[in-house]
Amino acid sequence: MSLETRPVTVNLGPQHPSTHGVFRMRVTFDGEEIIDVEPIFGYLHRGSEKLAEERTYSQIVTLTDRMDYVSSMLNNQAYILAVEKLCNIVPSPRGVWLRMIASELQRIASHFVATGFLLQDLGALGTPLIYCMRERENILDLFEMLCGARITNSYLRPGGVFMDAPDVFWPALSRSLGDIEKSIDEIEDYLSGNEIIFSRTKGTAVLSSESLVNASITGPMLRASGVDWDLRHRNPYDYYSEITFKRILHTASDNYARYWVRVQEMRESLKIISQCIKNIEPGPVRPSFDDVPRLVRPEPGDSYAAIEGSKGELGFYLVSDGGISPYRMHVRAPSLINLTLLREMLVGELFGDLFVIFGSVDLNMGEVDR
Amino acid sequence: MIGKGIPRGFIITLKNFFRTPVTVQYPDRKVSIFEYAKIKKKNIFKLFFSQPMLSLKISLGLISVPSSVEQSQRFRGNEFTFFEERCTACASCAKYCPLGIIEIVSVPGGFDAQEGESYKLDVFDIDIGRCMFCGLCVEACPYDALHMGTKFEKSTYVRDNLIITKEELAKSEKSPSSFYRPQFEKEKFDPFKDNIKDHYKAGRHEKPEYKDLKKKWVDDR
Ligand code: SF4
Ligand code: SF4
Repeated sequence: MSLETRPVTVNLGPQHPSTHGVFRMRVTFDGEEIIDVEPIFGYLHRGSEKLAEERTYSQIVTLTDRMDYVSSMLNNQAYILAVEKLCNIVPSPRGVWLRMIASELQRIASHFVATGFLLQDLGALGTPLIYCMRERENILDLFEMLCGARITNSYLRPGGVFMDAPDVFWPALSRSLGDIEKSIDEIEDYLSGNEIIFSRTKGTAVLSSESLVNASITGPMLRASGVDWDLRHRNPYDYYSEITFKRILHTASDNYARYWVRVQEMRESLKIISQCIKNIEPGPVRPSFDDVPRLVRPEPGDSYAAIEGSKGELGFYLVSDGGISPYRMHVRAPSLINLTLLREMLVGELFGDLFVIFGSVDLNMGEVDR
Repeated sequence: MIGKGIPRGFIITLKNFFRTPVTVQYPDRKVSIFEYAKIKKKNIFKLFFSQPMLSLKISLGLISVPSSVEQSQRFRGNEFTFFEERCTACASCAKYCPLGIIEIVSVPGGFDAQEGESYKLDVFDIDIGRCMFCGLCVEACPYDALHMGTKFEKSTYVRDNLIITKEELAKSEKSPSSFYRPQFEKEKFDPFKDNIKDHYKAGRHEKPEYKDLKKKWVDDR
């Protein structure tokens, strides 16, 4: 007698502890195997793009903090670049170096979170996550020195940053760079050779580079498939053209490759920060209020600026009608676009790998729903 | 499957096992009797013989002392510091706030020793229940009247109590953070130990001499 089986549809989320926020998936299983996935999102929609239409250009910085809340500095940077392009603002050099240091620190913090939660999803309950969060804490302390807040920084202003770094910042920064370097070594020692992680992550959710490019996926996910696409190198913004760094590539395009690319990128970020420290010179951190007032009023027109965010190409599109607030703001959120291949990644895999694959995308629901 | 990787991982977790913990016990922490004596600045033997019950309780871990979290000087806390004497009711802060939660009602007739004639404040309410502590209001204040506070432990049971009025602001502790106030950093003002009593100290301007003031506002008129 043969056993009769039939597919089961399960609702995962929106308040599931492993969905990195409020994300809902309707998953159909055949036994252990996933045969269909339907993502449903919008539970964290706060209407940031609409809210921006009511606020002045300087006030919107506070909204961008809350989009991708584990990499607020990068959001600030992308938005400020778009404003600078729109208003033809020439930024102050020291301000630019400071914001590059801040955004690279934020990239490390964001990758720590991604690595920690990937391991958490793998079932390593607690330990690696807590190690990663502990190291991230160093970086948040640095942010607190810089701008007084840990998560919602609002540190950048059109033309630079609002205030120079305090004297205590520089020794703390060089101390932290050493600490972070050591802890990345530790994480690599701890995880990159671990057989359980090998067997769970190698060869799962393999995507071809063609499909990744066609779905316009960017960031560590794309670089893990061997496509050399990094906006810091391809389309250098700020002073990245004066900085040398290695682009991290992997060819396997599986979960392990994505994890590995993130860990190696943290090391490159450390190198970028030490080059920034060498290049930074004393001077004003933002243009005078005569050049860039608090209430900027750009000419009618539009601008798009994109940076290499921690999750991919993070872009801000601003349309101005000549008023004090944008006519329209659109955010190219990498988390949302990286989700487009979720179905292709999940179908055919086992239930146990579902959240691992989901975690390897490194998405942030605050940015997906905005 | 079992190879070198897993034992190496265990060595690292074992090393971390012997590290000093990075977590901070908050808001209270347990102390040993030696530490307690040190905090209260008492001789340990004296403490032991004068208050044996207390000493016993401390040794059993029943007594805890308040602990503090290490904060940076620029921390943007929720207890705003406000110097009414400095405020000219220009409402720059209210205009710059992204949420529009500062309410200002002013009447003519105020006088400020530094800035001259000004408006007088009637109402100055900040609804910190909706505030996100972005600090833009502090950045906008041209007279250094409003500062971010460094304290963050004020909580209430009723939402309406989160609207802080002029009177509450006047009463609150004057320990401003150095967010957007470089003069505090230059003077090495420590908000966690000191208070600012004289409102002249809070500003970027020099305290004017009496004879200059008299010349400006009395003789030249
Ligand atoms: S801190 Fe920000 S939200 Fe709060 S009152 Fe000031 S400007 Fe408004
Ligand atoms: S606090 Fe400052 S910005 Fe606000 S009304 Fe008073 S002087 Fe003007």
